Amino acid sequence: MLVFEKSKEGRGFSSLPACDVPEVLPKEEYRRGLELHLPEISENDLSRHYTELAKKSYGVNDGFYPLGSCTMKYNPKINEDMAGLPQFTEIHPLQPESTIQGCLEVIQKAEEYLCEITGMNRMTMQPAAGAHGEFTGLLLIKAYHESRGDHKRTKIIVPDSAHGTNPASATMAGYSVVSVPSMEDGCVDLEKLRAVVGEDTAGLMLTNPNTVGLFDKNILEITDIIHECGGVNYYDGANLNAVMGIVRPGDMGFDVIHLNLHKTFSTPHGGGGPGSGPVGCKEFLAEFLPSVLVEGTEKLTLKKPEHSIGEVKSFYGNFLVVVRALTYLMTLGKEGIPEASQNAVLNANYMMNKLKDIYPMAYDEVCMHEFVMSMEELKKGTGVSALDIAKGLVDNGIHPPTMYFPLIVHEALMVEPTETESKETMDKAIKVFRKIYNFAITAPDSLHQAPVTTPVTRLDEVEAARNPVLRYQF
Amino acid sequence: MGSYVPTTEKERREMLSEIGFQNINDLFSHIPDEVKVKDGLQIPEGMSELEVRRKIQKIAGKNKVFSQVYRGAGAYRHFIPAIVKSVISKENLLTAYTPYQAEISQGILQSIFEYQTMICDLTGMDVSNACVYDGAEAAAESVAMCRERKRAKAFVSAAVPPYVMEAIKTYVFGNEMELEIIPEKDGITDIAYLQEHIDKTTACVYIQQPNYYGNLEDASALETVIHEAGAKYIMGVNPTALGVMKTPGEYGADVAVGEGQPLGLPLAFGGPYIGFMASVDSMMRKLPGRIVGQTSDSNGKTGYVLTLQAREQHIRREKASSNICSNEALCALAVGTYLSAMGREGFREVAVQCSSKAHYLAAELEKIGYELQNKTEFFHEFVTNSKAPVLKVMEALEAHGILGGLPLAGDREGQILWCATEMNSKSEIDEMIQILKEV
Repeated sequence: MLVFEKSKEGRGFSSLPACDVPEVLPKEEYRRGLELHLPEISENDLSRHYTELAKKSYGVNDGFYPLGSCTMKYNPKINEDMAGLPQFTEIHPLQPESTIQGCLEVIQKAEEYLCEITGMNRMTMQPAAGAHGEFTGLLLIKAYHESRGDHKRTKIIVPDSAHGTNPASATMAGYSVVSVPSMEDGCVDLEKLRAVVGEDTAGLMLTNPNTVGLFDKNILEITDIIHECGGVNYYDGANLNAVMGIVRPGDMGFDVIHLNLHKTFSTPHGGGGPGSGPVGCKEFLAEFLPSVLVEGTEKLTLKKPEHSIGEVKSFYGNFLVVVRALTYLMTLGKEGIPEASQNAVLNANYMMNKLKDIYPMAYDEVCMHEFVMSMEELKKGTGVSALDIAKGLVDNGIHPPTMYFPLIVHEALMVEPTETESKETMDKAIKVFRKIYNFAITAPDSLHQAPVTTPVTRLDEVEAARNPVLRYQF
Repeated sequence: MGSYVPTTEKERREMLSEIGFQNINDLFSHIPDEVKVKDGLQIPEGMSELEVRRKIQKIAGKNKVFSQVYRGAGAYRHFIPAIVKSVISKENLLTAYTPYQAEISQGILQSIFEYQTMICDLTGMDVSNACVYDGAEAAAESVAMCRERKRAKAFVSAAVPPYVMEAIKTYVFGNEMELEIIPEKDGITDIAYLQEHIDKTTACVYIQQPNYYGNLEDASALETVIHEAGAKYIMGVNPTALGVMKTPGEYGADVAVGEGQPLGLPLAFGGPYIGFMASVDSMMRKLPGRIVGQTSDSNGKTGYVLTLQAREQHIRREKASSNICSNEALCALAVGTYLSAMGREGFREVAVQCSSKAHYLAAELEKIGYELQNKTEFFHEFVTNSKAPVLKVMEALEAHGILGGLPLAGDREGQILWCATEMNSKSEIDEMIQILKEV
């Protein structure tokens, strides 16, 4: 039942004192004639409304969430406490510098940690999410080429295994996209890459480990090929959780990167956001960074980079998300950061090895923090698709893996356990995965019907798109 | 050091040996040595929870929290009912991913559907998306969504907030649309200038109501000029004002956007905030970002899903309407909770009090020689001159824990942009006026 359907005229709860000055409104012609339909509801009923909605949602706190490429690790509670400190939440973004020294220190410290982890020189916290970071990073590349009077670089190279955001961001930055096919092992085809680069290449967007969960061993050759033709290498930080403290994007030849603090650095996804997508770069690109950077040691100040691309949103980014990430970074530190990556990779390999005798792996070799299985054969044999397996998992209390991504693997399921899951949790999940596989063979119909334990069964998405109902009609 | 890894050393050895490895480093042996980190990361050692808490609290203590705030300019201090924090702290909602798996995400999807409904109700528009990053980014996205094959020029009023202007400029640097700025005249957009320059290549015109200086634009006259030229009309709005003010829908806007922070989100040094975007029906498929729709399940029961995904990056890749993936869903939940908690009457009351207190403040300031710089109507922000050097004024107020209005720069050097909300009581305003008298 929608909150509007629980509304009753005259109900509600008052939270403001009476107005203590004479009532003055702008002239009649500026006032709304439309009726407002906001709910009229008691606090008790409203509170129960959201408790009911919470019960119909599934978070990391509810159970195993091996959603590939999304790094659904545990969200530590101390992070929430620190982000809730009134000395952070009550600060106006346009206060005088002398009164925001704490906020500036948070940003500066986060920048120091994250630059060291990624091998970058400077970093902006302004982008609000990963895709926002991609767009920002591409504009740095654009500003760099333009600053040198090099206007012929109109193309961004993106492997066909990339996240959809990569090509979409490139378009927003005014580039045309050149898609390079991957080799059978999921890695970049060096020959094909050489064939498409040239003096119109602005740069390359890549994630390593790549989207099939493998580390591209030719990474130095790849980044060299781009550098030699005058291009810039962009690192999509989606998969950084595999390699923290083991290898740094900056040392692999990347010049500009974005991070997802809401993946790798443990801040909660909030049902879709807010995230935070800091963009780091090498020294030669720092003058183009957006927003302002924190400078100084004792007395911190804000300074706009000399040839800044401008602002990609208001103010200094999703600051409270940065507070959470800094809390996490300080907690784990020098030893804990690599430990997290090591265990993320161990957990993925453990699960892969315990499943690969029945589930065909798209790439049967040592994986990084995630692995991809293909349900193509299963579907041919039984009619059970990746979607059916996913819905079967739902009935068994497990959030499904990422489905149908990457696009280069048919009927893909991408599993990323993360380092914060215990052996018991994984052993239990492995049993469930195996059980569902048996269902697929013995009782495929039951999986076509799944899920049956949820508040709703499979929803008609075609109807939703064909006849869009996007709001309640009063 | 702190750690959230549950695996014990013994388990780690067992797991490794079960999958045929001796040492954890063997899992990384295929990574070329020349790129590996040699001597560990040069960052501080990890800390216990208590140590981290102490350190962060110490850092936070270096900020100054003002007891009275008369500064807005894009970020507004409002009352937030306790239930908002209670709702957004619910872990099933807080720790969930984007609701791709609809059957186990009905709570989140329904909360977004309710949010979309409320945004339509506030703005008088037909459809709303599930939100974008913030008001400035929403403005930039709205300009991009109005582009057509033969219309690639956007007009933006000089009287929009600097961050909005800057974000639009940055996005236009990317997508290579043409941007022209409509000058400001007497504190509002110069309609005559627009009339003279708007043409068949104009995709859209972006104005803000109230504008950056708090002044109310002649939004009806703008509508005529814009639509006569066949361009799209984008209105940036302050959502609090919509409690009493004429809606973009009533003005005939095609797209309405704005900063949702005033609707239940703390100042938080600028973020996370939320950008809302709503449009007329005919532009539904041009909206960027997630949209939730109602449908039914295989038993005919009502449910909600992410819909119209053919617009989005994971389907359309380089042809997508936008690259947005993560948004600010938890902030949308906060907005929905806030608007429900304030309710129909309460929300209107917030708007009435904001306007009333701002007009009281303006009148009191005028009495002591801080004169209003524009004669237009305003809602809860306005610009005055300063009786004393602005810096001195601000310092005097700061000494009393008061954050004064925002000192303006450029052509408006020496002027102050004030804001009052329901948070400023009459006695506090009177107290500030006394302090100002003595500067």
